[in-house]
Amino acid sequence: MAMTASSDGMSASDIALAVAARRLSAAEVTEAALARIRKHDGLLNAFTDVTAERARAKAREVDAAIAAGKNVGPLAGVPFAVKNLFDVKGLSTRAGSKINRDLPPAARDATLIERMEASGAVLVGALNMGEYAYDFTGENVHDGPSRNPHDPTRMSGGSSGGSGSAVGGGLVPLALGSDTNGSIRVPSSFCGIFGLKPTYGRLSRARSYPFVASLDHLGPFARNVRDLALAYDAMQGGDADDAACTTRPVEPVTAQLVQGVGGLKVAIAGGYFQNNLFPEAQEAVARVAGALGATETVVIPEAARARAAAYIITTTEGASLHLDRLRKRPRDFDPAVRDRLIAGAMVPAVLVDRAQKFRRWYRAKVLELFKSVDVILAPATPCVAPKLGQATFVLDGVELPVRANIGIHTQPISFIGLPVVAVPVPLEPMPIGVQVIAAPWREDIALRVAHALEKMGVAAAPGPRGI
Amino acid sequence: MAADPLDDYIDSAAKALGLTVEEAWRQSVRANLEVSLRLGRLVDEFTLPDETEPASVYSA
Repeated sequence: MAMTASSDGMSASDIALAVAARRLSAAEVTEAALARIRKHDGLLNAFTDVTAERARAKAREVDAAIAAGKNVGPLAGVPFAVKNLFDVKGLSTRAGSKINRDLPPAARDATLIERMEASGAVLVGALNMGEYAYDFTGENVHDGPSRNPHDPTRMSGGSSGGSGSAVGGGLVPLALGSDTNGSIRVPSSFCGIFGLKPTYGRLSRARSYPFVASLDHLGPFARNVRDLALAYDAMQGGDADDAACTTRPVEPVTAQLVQGVGGLKVAIAGGYFQNNLFPEAQEAVARVAGALGATETVVIPEAARARAAAYIITTTEGASLHLDRLRKRPRDFDPAVRDRLIAGAMVPAVLVDRAQKFRRWYRAKVLELFKSVDVILAPATPCVAPKLGQATFVLDGVELPVRANIGIHTQPISFIGLPVVAVPVPLEPMPIGVQVIAAPWREDIALRVAHALEKMGVAAAPGPRGI
Repeated sequence: MAADPLDDYIDSAAKALGLTVEEAWRQSVRANLEVSLRLGRLVDEFTLPDETEPASVYSA
C-alpha cells in the first residue's frame, strides 16, 4: 500500500520535517511502522509488545496539533520503541524476565518516554532484551533471541538486543536502551547502527528497571548521527526522580554537529584495547583512525583492572538487587543469569569496596589523558556478531568464551561514565562498531566526530542485509 | 562432603544468605564465583592510599 510505504527507510529528522509540513501525517507514518513490524518481526523477534492503539492515538494527537498550527516538536510523528525495562504505562515492566511479568502494569511512562513524546515522537512498542540486562548476546530464554538484521542466525548483541535489531532492521528509526557495561554499544556494533551512551547521570533513568545503580545509563540508537542527536537533545534535563541525574543545564548538540572536527585531537586507545581483537575489529578502528588522521596512541592505564572492578561491582550490586527473587523464585530465572547472580551474592564485600575505590583512582588517571586529547578511539566489540548460541571463539589460537569476552572493550569505559558514540563501520558481510570516547559531559564532541565520520562515508548504518 | 574448598564456602554462604544452590547448579555457580574471585584478586592486589574515597554515587 503506497500510503504506508512512503516513510519506510526515512530518517527520523526527515519524517519530522515531512509531518510538520503536512507532507506526511503522523498516522501514515505510524501505520507504516506497524506494517514493518508485522512484516519483519516474526523473523527478528525484536518486539515483545506492540502498542498499536496507543501509537495510533498519539499519532492522531500529533496530526491534530499540527492542523491547529501548533509546533509539536523536533520528533513530530517519529516512531520509536524502548527496551522492555522502560516503564510503559499499562504494561508490566518485564526487564527481559519471567518473574517481572507478575508486576502490576506501570502507572506512568519512564521519564525518557515522556520527553520523547513531548517532542512529538510516537511510541510503538517495547523491545526484547537479555534477562535483567545481565547479558551481551541479545538471547533470552523466555522470549527467544532477538536476531541480527544482517544475518538472522547471528546475535543482535545485548543486553539491548531488540533495540539493535529493530533499528538495524529498519522497523523504527529510533530506539532507546540501557548500558551498564556495554549494552548500548554492543548491539550497535553487532547490528551496524549508531548508539549513544551518554555521560553517567546525563539522562534520567526514572521509571526504568535498574540493574547496577552506580553503572546504569540510558541512551538512544539511530541509523544516523543527526537522529541520534535529536533524540538525545529531546531527552536531556534534570530529574529529581533519579538520584544520579545531573543538575547541569541542558546542552543541546544537534545544531553543533556541523562544526566538524577541525582542532580536535583524536588518539587511538593502545595496549589493552589492541589485544584480543579479530581482524574485523582492527580494520574498523584503522579505518576510523585513518579518516580522522589519528596516529597517536594513548594507553588507558590499568584497563584490565578497571574491567575486573566493573565486573565485581556489577555482579554484587546485581545480586543485591535480585536477592529476594533468588531466594523465592530461583527456578524462574534464566539459569545462566541466576547462577551468575548467586555467585555475585557470595563475593566478599571488601572486594566491592576496593573496586569502588579503584574506580576513583582510575577515573582520575583517565581524566588526565583528556587534558591532551579530545577523543579516544577503541573497538566496540572484539568481533562481529557471533552465531546465536555460540559458546566460544578462537582468537590467536586460543579458545575463549564468547559471553565473557564480548564486552571487554566497553566495560573499562562505562566504568567511569565516559560518553561514547558507537559508530558502525559497514564491513562485509557483517558490520562492526568503533567507540568514539570523549571526556565527561562532552557528548557534543563525540557526536561531532561521529557526524564527520558519517559525512566521510567511513561510518554508516547498512541497510538490513538479512531480511 | 564438598569436593572443593570453594564448595564449603558456597554451602556456608548460601546458608547464611538463605539461598538455595541445587546440585545441578553448583558447578555453574562455582565457575562464576571462581571468575569473580579471580577478577576480584586483580582489584585486591592493587594498592591504594588509605584515604582513597570510593566512587559509589551519593550526594548529601
